[in-house]
Amino acid sequence: MAAGWQSLVNILGPDVARIVVGLVGILALVQVNALFLVWLERKVAAHIQLRIGPKEVGPFGILQTIVDGVKLVSKELITPRHVDRKLFVLAPIAIFLPVLVSFVVIPFSEQLQIRDLNVGLLVIFAFSTFNVLAILMGGWASNNKYSLLGAIRSVAQNVAYEIPLLLTILNVLLWSNSLQMSVIVESQAKVWNVFWMPVAAIVYLICATAETNRAPFDIPEAESELVAGFHTEYSGMRFALFFLAEYSNMLIVAAVATTLFFGGWKSPPFLGFLPVPGLIWFLAKTYVLIFVVMWVRWTFPRLRFDQLMNFCWKIMIPAALLHLIVYAGIIKLIR
Amino acid sequence: MTTEMLEPITEQTYYLNMGPQHPSTHGVLRLFLKLDGEYIIEADPIIGYGHRGHEKMAESHFYEQFLPNSSRMDYLSGLLFNHGYVAAVEKMAGIEVPPRAEYIRVISAELNRISSHLLWFGTYVMDLGGFTPFLYSFDDRENILDILDRISGSRLTYSYCRMGGVAKDIDEEFIRATRSFIQRLRSRWDDYHNLVTKNVIFIHRAKDVGVINRELALRFGCTGPILRAAGVAYDIRRAEPYSVYPELDFEIPTGTQGDALDRYMVRLQEMEQSLRIIEQALDRLPEGPIKAAVPHKVRPPKGDYYFAVESARGALGFYIVSDGTPYPYRLRARVPSFGNLQVLTDVLPGTLVADTISILGSIDIVVPEVDR
Amino acid sequence: MSLEDLREELSKVVEPSAILPRDYEKNGCLLEIRTGADQVVAIAQAARAADFFLESITAADFTNGPQVIYHFNSYGKVSRAQVRVQLSRGDSIPSISNLYDAALWHEREVFDLFGIRFDNHPDLRRILLPEDADFHPLLKDYGKVHAFRGTEEIYDN
Repeated sequence: MAAGWQSLVNILGPDVARIVVGLVGILALVQVNALFLVWLERKVAAHIQLRIGPKEVGPFGILQTIVDGVKLVSKELITPRHVDRKLFVLAPIAIFLPVLVSFVVIPFSEQLQIRDLNVGLLVIFAFSTFNVLAILMGGWASNNKYSLLGAIRSVAQNVAYEIPLLLTILNVLLWSNSLQMSVIVESQAKVWNVFWMPVAAIVYLICATAETNRAPFDIPEAESELVAGFHTEYSGMRFALFFLAEYSNMLIVAAVATTLFFGGWKSPPFLGFLPVPGLIWFLAKTYVLIFVVMWVRWTFPRLRFDQLMNFCWKIMIPAALLHLIVYAGIIKLIR
Repeated sequence: MTTEMLEPITEQTYYLNMGPQHPSTHGVLRLFLKLDGEYIIEADPIIGYGHRGHEKMAESHFYEQFLPNSSRMDYLSGLLFNHGYVAAVEKMAGIEVPPRAEYIRVISAELNRISSHLLWFGTYVMDLGGFTPFLYSFDDRENILDILDRISGSRLTYSYCRMGGVAKDIDEEFIRATRSFIQRLRSRWDDYHNLVTKNVIFIHRAKDVGVINRELALRFGCTGPILRAAGVAYDIRRAEPYSVYPELDFEIPTGTQGDALDRYMVRLQEMEQSLRIIEQALDRLPEGPIKAAVPHKVRPPKGDYYFAVESARGALGFYIVSDGTPYPYRLRARVPSFGNLQVLTDVLPGTLVADTISILGSIDIVVPEVDR
Repeated sequence: MSLEDLREELSKVVEPSAILPRDYEKNGCLLEIRTGADQVVAIAQAARAADFFLESITAADFTNGPQVIYHFNSYGKVSRAQVRVQLSRGDSIPSISNLYDAALWHEREVFDLFGIRFDNHPDLRRILLPEDADFHPLLKDYGKVHAFRGTEEIYDN
């Protein structure tokens, strides 16, 4: 493997080689993650609902997602007649690509980070706002009132919930003094941020669930009201891309939460003696958070749209602002 | 949180069709909505997609042949419709039903009522986005369907009642299974209350939503849990007692406000009252024949008759005009969901589209009975 | 909101000879009123004043013309009242939908199945059959009909 890497570097040059390997790695991670998460979601849902879930294909049904993927790829890409063709085709691509970019700055462990940009966190949030645009494109281009309603709701919801999201992140930034992801992880060397700013962590998780359109904030794709919301008219691989983007978004959001609040790849306070690599700790924490998000989805019903917006504007934002002011004072005192 | 009627600021209203194929309209119902943004200005339920002409069919079949039709009208309360139809003809023809048959009818009818309410419970919360209680309630419902399958042979559309009694006797196994089911369902109430009733999101979706007060219910002829949630304790089993209900002790749960949460609570309490009825009926079950001797083709005397029973959704009435032959001259089924659905034209304007689902689910209609 | 209230209200609008007592065990209702189409609105007003609700409106076809049958009931104890209006083919009858909103759909159904028009109904269109249907199925000259009789063969008064 070292010889293969050496020849690649000789051909392309060290920087480009690194980017290529990184991109291949991200794509691999995204696909395998989606595979795993879809299976996990179905199993979690099933066990909460007194069922078993997939069990035929492969041991414990692990290969179910692959088989479903094959099915989706083999389906006909139906483009309804009166849609806005360019936007219709562009929307699934636009929703999937920015997610891939966000993976570049996530610190999977001390050495495993594709680019440690000094504006790492900003990159993630900048690219995650693209998904609003893509949803609006998909909903508008579908020429379908249900899709449009779903897209409109999604835009309002995402834009509103970004504000408390960013406010809670400011707390972490005040402590770490930098947007660089590895520095943020280092700043939690003594104690994880979640232990001394728990409210920020909770607010972040709620807003992140809203950003990724997961229940109880899944109004844009509310199956029982709008059939399938903004992706009603999509079939086959295009629909699969929307799905992939949703699960990848979940992973990003959980990874960012792990980095910001749960100490990234650092081992928990009293278990540092275990010879477990940082990568394993990182993945374990991320997937526990994802499990919690799934658990919430299958337990709670859905909020009505105006109740959701009220919840954001009247409860989340004041809470986040208050928290920021209080913690700014505390941090000033500590320093 | 209440939503008040808004004046539209612009003239840009649009029309949205919910249905006939839609995950939440519970059958082929089409709701033609005129919307301004997300607020509903006008709502027009369009029915008839499931019209099969039961009333015309009745005129060319003799009374016994129409029995399977009765349970197909409202397939969720098949036994209750069976009971109503058969009792109407028996009253007209003056046929006396043996007491054991009456008790068996009551037990199976109340089991059917519980299974209908359990299905409503699961689908209502599922429409609101909580997918899990649906599977719990269907798990309980499976028990009822198995119990009724043993004696009637079908799981959903029963033709179990006969003129003068019931088709097949119940045995020890049935009684044992029913009693254990009663215990099991009683232990589930806590689960349901913890999972749904105390859930703050559910309360937000159901409280103060779709208020139907007594005045509205009277104008539209709403009956059943809708009327009882508005505070009126009108139940055919008490107002016009039939079968052995006068001998059984049960309460009629009512609400205060008539919002979706009240309708929800009324139905949950009705299930508990049905369990009480079944227990008492099992305790008092007499021995004896299960079917009176009736002529092969029943010939009710000339004239008309209106007979009402309490179905899972409200007051079900059968109006029969007989000309003395074994064929009804005119058979009319007054179904509860007809009036219950019509109230949407008054309740929906001013609400949000998302509330439509909550209101429609809490009213609990079954479209095939509206269409007949 | 009892039957007595209804009797009282009715006595103001119809002659006592039109109000016939009925045996609940034999007919399922306690009162029957035979009247012409012109008195229907007044009777409905009386029922509304007595706090009765409209249970159903239906019709039946006879050789001497269709009959429209109303049922009113109250939330108290047994108190069903029946109103029968004999019409000829092609007659119309005033609508009571301004008093009872339930009548809006019941009358549409009677129009749909029997072809009886209701005057002053705000929106008389078909409800169960498709909008472009051109027949009225429950009339006794459509489809498979087993018997077509006159009212005198069925009712003895």
